[in-house]
Amino acid sequence: MNGSAYASLLELTSGLVLVCAVVTMWRRSLPAVVKALSLQGVALGAAALILGVHQHDVVLIAVACLVLAAKGLLIPTLLGRIVAGDPSSREATPVVNVPASLVISAALTFLAYGAAEPVVRLIPTTAGRLVPLGFATLLIGFFSMVVRRKAVSQIVGLLLVDNGIALVAFLATAGVPLLIELGASLDVLLAVGVLRVLASRIGSKFGAFDLDQLRELHD
Amino acid sequence: MTGGQVLAPILVAGAQIVIVGVGGLLLLGLMRKLRSRLEGRVGPPIHQPLLNVRKLFRKQRVRPEESSWVFSAAPVVLVATAVVVAAISPLATTRPPLGRSADFFAIVFVLLLGSAALALAALDTGTPFGGMGSSRAMTIGAIAEPALLVAILAMSIPAHTSNLPVLVRLGLTHPQMIASPGRILALGSFAIIILAESGRLPVDNPSTHLELTMIHEAMVLEYAGPDLALVATGEAMRFSLLLGLLVNLLAPWGIADRPGAVALVIGIAMLAVKVALAGVCIAIFEVFTAKLRLFRVPELLAGGFVLAVLGTVTALVVR
Repeated sequence: MNGSAYASLLELTSGLVLVCAVVTMWRRSLPAVVKALSLQGVALGAAALILGVHQHDVVLIAVACLVLAAKGLLIPTLLGRIVAGDPSSREATPVVNVPASLVISAALTFLAYGAAEPVVRLIPTTAGRLVPLGFATLLIGFFSMVVRRKAVSQIVGLLLVDNGIALVAFLATAGVPLLIELGASLDVLLAVGVLRVLASRIGSKFGAFDLDQLRELHD
Repeated sequence: MTGGQVLAPILVAGAQIVIVGVGGLLLLGLMRKLRSRLEGRVGPPIHQPLLNVRKLFRKQRVRPEESSWVFSAAPVVLVATAVVVAAISPLATTRPPLGRSADFFAIVFVLLLGSAALALAALDTGTPFGGMGSSRAMTIGAIAEPALLVAILAMSIPAHTSNLPVLVRLGLTHPQMIASPGRILALGSFAIIILAESGRLPVDNPSTHLELTMIHEAMVLEYAGPDLALVATGEAMRFSLLLGLLVNLLAPWGIADRPGAVALVIGIAMLAVKVALAGVCIAIFEVFTAKLRLFRVPELLAGGFVLAVLGTVTALVVR
C-alpha cells in the first residue's frame, strides 16, 4: 500500500466513524440508529485493518478482525433484537430536540479539535492527525447518553463512547496489545448483553423502554 | 486582440446559457416522466415543460391590480441572476469567460438574490398564500444558506481557494482530493441543500397545489402568462445549475479543460449525461420518499449543516 492511498483510506474510515456518530443523533428511528452503529463498527474495524496492513502488524490485523466481528456484527445484532421487540421504536421526544442536538454535536466536534491539539502535536504521523475525530465521537457519545430517553439509545451512546476510545487508541498508539483489546471488547460485549436483558425486562414489566418513566419507586 | 479571442468567450457563455436554460426544462420533463413511469402512469412527454413555457410566452400579460414594480421585476431578476451564473460557472468547460470572478461564495449570493426577489414579489401581491410561501421559503433559506456557506468553506480549505473553476480543475488534476472525507461530507451537505433550495421532495412537493403544504408554488401563485414562463425558466435554470455544479465537483471527468470547439462539445455532452444521471437518481429517490412535515424540515437541514461542519473539521484535521 503506498503512502497517499494509505492516508486517504485512513482519513475516509476515520471520517466515517464520526459521521456515523452524528447520524445516530440525526435519525429518530431506532433501527436506523442501530444500522449506523453497525456501519461505525465496520469503519472502525477497517481503520484498524488499514493500520495493521500498513505497519505489517499481524496482531493488529487480528484485533481488527475481532473488532469487525464484535462491533460490526455481534453487538448491532443484539441491539437489533431489542429494537425488533419494541413496538414503538422511535426516539419521539429527546430531551434536546434534534436540530439543537445536531448543532451541539457540531460544537462538540470543534471542541474535540481544540482539545486534541496537544495530542496531535505529540504524534507527528498521518494517524496522529486524525485523533480529533475519535475525541469527537467520544464526546458525541456522552452527549447522546445525556439527552436520549430510550434504553436502546443510551446503550448506543455508551457504544459510541467505546468506539471513540478505540479509534483514539488505534490512531494514537498504533496497535493496542491483543490482550487488552480482547479484554475491552469482551467487557463491552458483556455490558451490552446485560443491558439487553435489563432492557427486555424493563420492556416486559412496563411495556415501554422509555427511561424517563422510571423516576418513581413502585412496590 | 483578434476576432476569435473576443468571439470565443461569448460563444462559450452563450452555449452554457442555452444548455442550462433548455436543458434545465428538459431535465424537469425527464424527471416527471421517470416518476410517472415508476408510479405506473404514462406521464407527459419529456419536452412538455418547453411546450408549457412556449404557450405561456404567447399569452397576455396579466398582473394583480395592486402590485408594484417589485412584482414585475422579480421574474426578470430571477432569470438574469441564473443567466449570469450560467455564463461564468465551470459547467461545460473549466475556462469559462470571467472565470476568475466565479467565486463560489459570490455565485451563491447572486443566486440568493433571485430567490429573495421572488419572496419579495410574493409579499407584494398581499395575498395570504404569497406571504405564507415567502415566510416558509425564507425560513428554509435561513437554515440552508449558512450550511451551504460552511460546505463551501470545507471545499475551499484543501484547495486554498474558493474560485469555482479552480476547484473543478483541481478535481481533474488531483483525483484524491475528491475522495477526501472533507470534500465528500461537504458535497453531501450541498446535495441536501440543493433539494431544499429547489423545492424538491423531502422539503417541498413540486407537483402539488395543496395550500397547506406548498412552499414554492404558493409564492408564484399570482403569476400568469409570460411572467410565469420566466419564473418557470428561472427555477429550472437554478436547479440544473446547482446540479451541474454538484456533478462537476463530484466527478469532473469529461469537462473541457482545453480551449477548442471539439472539447467544448464533448464537455456539453458529458455535462448533459452527468446532470441527467443526477436527475434520474433524484427522481427515483422522490418516488420512495414522502414529504417531510414542515416542522421536521429544520431537522433535515440541520443535518446538512452538521455534515458541512464535519467536512470543515476533517479538512482542518487532515490538512
